[in-house]
Amino acid sequence: MSKRFEIRFSGAGGQGLITAGIILAEAAAIIEGKHAVQSQSYGPEARGGASKSEVIISDSPIDYPKATVVDACLAMTQESADKYANGIKKGGVLLIDSDFVKNEPKGDFKVYKMPIMRTAKDEIGREIVANVVALGAMIALTDAVSREAGEKAVLARVPEAFLDLNKKAYNLGFEKVKALLK
Amino acid sequence: MAKKVALLQGNEACAHGALYAGCNFFGGYPITPSTEVAEVLSNELPKFGGKFIQMEDEIGAMASIIGASLTGAKALTASSGPGISLKQELIGYACIAEVPCVIISVMRGGPSTGMPTGPGQSDVMQAKWGTHGDHATIALAPASVQEIFTETVRAFNLAEKYRMPVQVVYDEIVGHMRERIEFPEPGDLEIINRAKPTVGPDKYKPYDTSFGDVPPLAAYGTGYRYHVTGLNKAQDGFPTTKAEYVDAEERRQIRKVEGEVARVDIEKYEEYLTDDATILLFAYGSTSRSARYAVNELRKEGIKVGLFRPITLWPFPEKRIAALGKQVKAIIVPELNLGQMNLEVERVVKGACPVISIGRVDGEPINPGQIIAQVKEVK
Repeated sequence: MSKRFEIRFSGAGGQGLITAGIILAEAAAIIEGKHAVQSQSYGPEARGGASKSEVIISDSPIDYPKATVVDACLAMTQESADKYANGIKKGGVLLIDSDFVKNEPKGDFKVYKMPIMRTAKDEIGREIVANVVALGAMIALTDAVSREAGEKAVLARVPEAFLDLNKKAYNLGFEKVKALLK
Repeated sequence: MAKKVALLQGNEACAHGALYAGCNFFGGYPITPSTEVAEVLSNELPKFGGKFIQMEDEIGAMASIIGASLTGAKALTASSGPGISLKQELIGYACIAEVPCVIISVMRGGPSTGMPTGPGQSDVMQAKWGTHGDHATIALAPASVQEIFTETVRAFNLAEKYRMPVQVVYDEIVGHMRERIEFPEPGDLEIINRAKPTVGPDKYKPYDTSFGDVPPLAAYGTGYRYHVTGLNKAQDGFPTTKAEYVDAEERRQIRKVEGEVARVDIEKYEEYLTDDATILLFAYGSTSRSARYAVNELRKEGIKVGLFRPITLWPFPEKRIAALGKQVKAIIVPELNLGQMNLEVERVVKGACPVISIGRVDGEPINPGQIIAQVKEVK
């Protein structure tokens, strides 16, 4: 990847999407030794509202730290899809949580659907890891970092008691999307 | 040996830079978007006997760092526009009493409560003039996470060396974004500590200019007793209204920063492709990153545009900007306010070329496209 690659995670405040962005940036910048910048914007509320986290990954130093044309976007809620699924470049990808985003954003990009929250709740047993499911899914969708680097970054961030839970969540998200891509 | 690396927020890097510089006292009051500076230091300072105190408000916080510094501590506070407004009276006190301290100002929208979670660059004139009376100012404006670390270290060095408050001003974008940082090892960066008295307590005067424009500062609690006041004072620190003292002291306190030699020491900037530039961008903080992106894009089209990025914002790099003003056809100043540094560039260029402001205050960053469009219009 010689040029900028831009990924946006969006959803509701409190869903852990800023954390997902941080983990991806750590995988790129610390584990893979690339350049990465993570930034976010959010409203004054601690929970709810639309929140977004952006990660830029590049082989060369990154000037402008915010997204210009987004290569890949995640939208966990309808509000975030309406607000942040714009600016996806032609040929880019959008992953939506199909249980929550009923009004699919239209554009020159490919839309992938997955019930992310439900997957976390039913198959892992904890909704709280939906952000890690989403992270695995986005890495599978984009190859922004290697699967191994992503997993290593996830495990470096979470408390010991939750290592297995998060490892499962990450790999489940990854594999579900790889199956979609087949 | 490989250096320790991490992915850090600008504010976190600021706290670690402060610790590297030897900061052992933080007095503050939380405010978005600066709070992470306090958060990190509240964890780290107690580990080695440093002191962290959350005061009743921003005024108390500023007072606490002045007091701590007078006992010899390297003292820091961090806030944002509205909080800095409250500190202004005591910033003036630190100026006239010549007390070293560092103030971090993380800029959001304004005036007043404004837009707490949105970015701004509208407190750069507050950094310069934000207290009454004639006074010199040192303010540094880093543009990356790594640079926030190194400029915080430099802020402490300059505060100690010139015996005065130094501000580090950066916008919410660089304060909150995360980048890879390499932690300097001890010894990699220079650390300056204030000059201590070379005379005993009986001979010591806190403003004895026979030692130069920056007299040594004794620490309270080490046997030295002296008077500290916000009034104009004589060399012994006691109030005076004698014209010759007052005039000489006021002039010295400005000269120590704005004199020729000091300027060379304090001023710092980065130029990118300015040698053959016919259009110059003047930008600082996060906006300088948009500007650099714009320069790269425009150069691909053969447009000769360059970037001047002040890292020391105050004192203003007058000589170099004046020279560049004679070289280029126009200077464009993008900033997240309605033309604050634009005025300063205009003042220095003295009509040698047009100076064009790109101001933005809607809570969104100035993107490269906006700058590119303006350059093409000028060309």
